[in-house]
Amino acid sequence: MNKGIIEISPGFEDVMPREYIDLVNDGPYGRKLGIDDLGTFKEAIEEHPLCAGCALALALRLVLASLPAIEDTIIVGSTGCSSLAFSQVAIHNIHSLFGNQNAVATGLKRALQIRFPNKTKDVVVMAGDGAIGDIGLETVMHSWFRGENITTIMFDNEIYANTGGQESCMSPKRAVLYMAPTGKKFPKAAMPEVAHAAGCAYAATITPASPKRLGKIVNQAILIAREIGSTYIQIYCPCPTNFKFKPSESLKMAKDRVKDETYLIKEYFSPEAREFVEGLEKGGGN
Amino acid sequence: MMAKKTVEQKIVDPEYLFFEAKREKQFITGSEAVREAVKRANVDMAIAYPITPQSESMHLVGDIYAEGYIKDYFRGESEFAVMSSVAGAAMGGVRVFTATAGPGTLRAFEMFPTWAGARLPIVCDFFCRGVNSPLTIQPDTIEIGFMLDTKMMIFHAETAQDLFDMTLQSFIIAEQPDVHLPIGVFADGFFVTHTREIVEIPPDDIKLPPYDPYKSPVPAMDMETPPIRQMRDPFVMKSNFISYASHASWQQEILAAAERARKHIHKYLGGLIETENEGADILIMASGTAVSQAHEAIWQANQEGIEVGLIKFKVIRPFPTEEIKMIAKGARAIIVPEFNISGWLAKEIRSVIEDNSKVVGAPRVYGGMAMPPELIVEEIRRVAR
Repeated sequence: MNKGIIEISPGFEDVMPREYIDLVNDGPYGRKLGIDDLGTFKEAIEEHPLCAGCALALALRLVLASLPAIEDTIIVGSTGCSSLAFSQVAIHNIHSLFGNQNAVATGLKRALQIRFPNKTKDVVVMAGDGAIGDIGLETVMHSWFRGENITTIMFDNEIYANTGGQESCMSPKRAVLYMAPTGKKFPKAAMPEVAHAAGCAYAATITPASPKRLGKIVNQAILIAREIGSTYIQIYCPCPTNFKFKPSESLKMAKDRVKDETYLIKEYFSPEAREFVEGLEKGGGN
Repeated sequence: MMAKKTVEQKIVDPEYLFFEAKREKQFITGSEAVREAVKRANVDMAIAYPITPQSESMHLVGDIYAEGYIKDYFRGESEFAVMSSVAGAAMGGVRVFTATAGPGTLRAFEMFPTWAGARLPIVCDFFCRGVNSPLTIQPDTIEIGFMLDTKMMIFHAETAQDLFDMTLQSFIIAEQPDVHLPIGVFADGFFVTHTREIVEIPPDDIKLPPYDPYKSPVPAMDMETPPIRQMRDPFVMKSNFISYASHASWQQEILAAAERARKHIHKYLGGLIETENEGADILIMASGTAVSQAHEAIWQANQEGIEVGLIKFKVIRPFPTEEIKMIAKGARAIIVPEFNISGWLAKEIRSVIEDNSKVVGAPRVYGGMAMPPELIVEEIRRVAR
């Protein structure tokens, strides 16, 4: 995007809201910013309506700060808690239906390749575990089979949080939840392995308790998606509202689950993606 | 994958392509008429999923992609996914085409009001087929009844010629800035898709002007179109009056956009209906291939000395309410032959005319049954007594 299109027309400065003026003057567009720069610029996410202690809200903030080219990134979301925050995000984003996000993203990415053959437009899916693992799994997996050049990010709070706390395929085994009144009968779905087997060039899990690592993963996943094919990131986002712990303990929960290995940190590369990332680390990339 | 080669075609005014360019007669199937329409429509992307009796048309669209007439084409994983992907592509600002039939229409159903709500000018052909259960692949127009309240515009082709013209013209009507709505072009499966007839078509070295996303009343999602803080489409689901009023007025605006399409439909399709002998005492009102059967029945009735007029619906949404209301006033009986069990067209007509006891919702055939003209003649004789 040419930054000129968001600049305020002369004479309208005093009627534009403060946050818009800040975005124009000090926003992230066209600047190489990252996690380390948080607190020094106007972020693309404004105040959000998610619950106190919501790890998803933090994860979204970290993801937005890690996009390699936010000025040319379009997000495709899906129904759920995360979608409530997207109206507060200052980049183009689509909510179509519950579970069709990867099909929408497929059409969008290809359309932008037709319209802007000489520009890179990053299409990033950001949705919950219900949207990606349950209702939308068909469109997710087929976008991976086809090797679409999109990154899929799951905000994994292990539950249908927005509808009040029902079991999803990503809930831990034995968790007693709505629609699982005697406890979940099967283990958490192995989505990173599914992604890897379905042809993702890169698949990784992370939590917002490791912000620098999260930033690196998001950045490289999007660069791999541009050059090679589909990529998948799964971010554990503990939900204090539905799992009934103190909002101040979300990050502790994330750390504890990683430490006791009930939330597994994983990373899979295709050989081509591995070579590409090694090239980036040597300074040959982007 | 983007097409490797492209075919050079001259861009011409829609009016020239539709009305002035010299047309040549070709003896082709309805599916081939779809290929010929898409070839001249400057379509950027087409997405396919197989279902009888639609598949052949999208095979042929695949062929013209391979020849370089379309920039991108692929097979999606289901009708729901295909209708979602064309929505994503349309939000990305390109011209898209797809087609489906019967059970595929129902599998994708959640997307159709979503297209209309998101004001996406998608053109989709529907080749009407019965729905389960039991399974059938045979022609039946029941799916149009399901589609009536999706707020999509609905055209119903009688012939392969109609299918060619309506598919091609739909892009221009759908994309008008004061309309910007999806159009479903319906044709009866097999009867139209798999039979040959003479279709008059303009040369294939000319095509429509491209879709211009910057004329869209809603911004394309490309990070090039302000406002940048933009969700397509923002939620209005809070429990307060402003939310309810926003959602209500949004829906009203979609209906208003379809109303504004009437003038464009008149310009390009020549009206929402076609009439023959509309002053007759007995009228037949029909759409799709039921019109062809009605023609034959009217000829037979004329042999017996009974005069019958014919109203052909080309457009079901927006509904030709005023036209039908006016014409119905002078009629003693209105016979509505249909290829479905629900009789959606008879219900629609009854809902707008003053004396709906005039409407004879018969004959009605379904499940793939043919409609011999004699069935219609029997109804004509009954009301003529």
